Amino acid sequence: MVLNTSESQGTVVKADLVDRVYERVGFTRQEAVEAVEILFKEIKSVLAKGEDVRITGFAGFHLKDKNARNARNPRTGEPIRIRSRRVLTFKPSQQLLDSTNRSMNESQNS
Amino acid sequence: MTKAELVEKVSSQINLTKKQTEVVVNTVFQSITESLSEGKKVELRGFGSFRIRERNARLGRNPKSGAQVDVPAKKVPFFKAGKELRELVDK
Repeated sequence: MVLNTSESQGTVVKADLVDRVYERVGFTRQEAVEAVEILFKEIKSVLAKGEDVRITGFAGFHLKDKNARNARNPRTGEPIRIRSRRVLTFKPSQQLLDSTNRSMNESQNS
Repeated sequence: MTKAELVEKVSSQINLTKKQTEVVVNTVFQSITESLSEGKKVELRGFGSFRIRERNARLGRNPKSGAQVDVPAKKVPFFKAGKELRELVDK
């Protein structure tokens, strides 16, 4: 694995996911790019239609409608109105929680 | 929408069988899981970013019995929707 100097922990981007798909599945690179691209596009379009997406073993992406409310700008104290809106919430599955916590004993720097 | 339905939707838009598409979907989410477990963050343009948030150990209570219980420190995966996705769901 290449050590990224700017971020010691490294950041994974879409191209890295494409690499994994390419390595594990044995499509052409172009097919791997396309598949990953379409996957996220599809998730977005389902959420845009107002439907939740649940990925078994990973997490759920749930939509929540929030009521309008009054609030304050914490810096200036100025009262503001927050309009009603729809937000996306992320609920990790038990399996995902298990994997992120299994690594705890092995990780040395945090 | 469930993962199975998602696989079907994706495979219909691409020249891959349902089986192959399922492997793609599993590989993608497995990779994200592994990366988070290694303490890396995952940033997907136009979608959002996944990172780990550390929760400190705390003293909790069993709501039923009122007994005190130790809640250990844990690492919770956290997702922040990108601007594009945030605006897309709120139209």
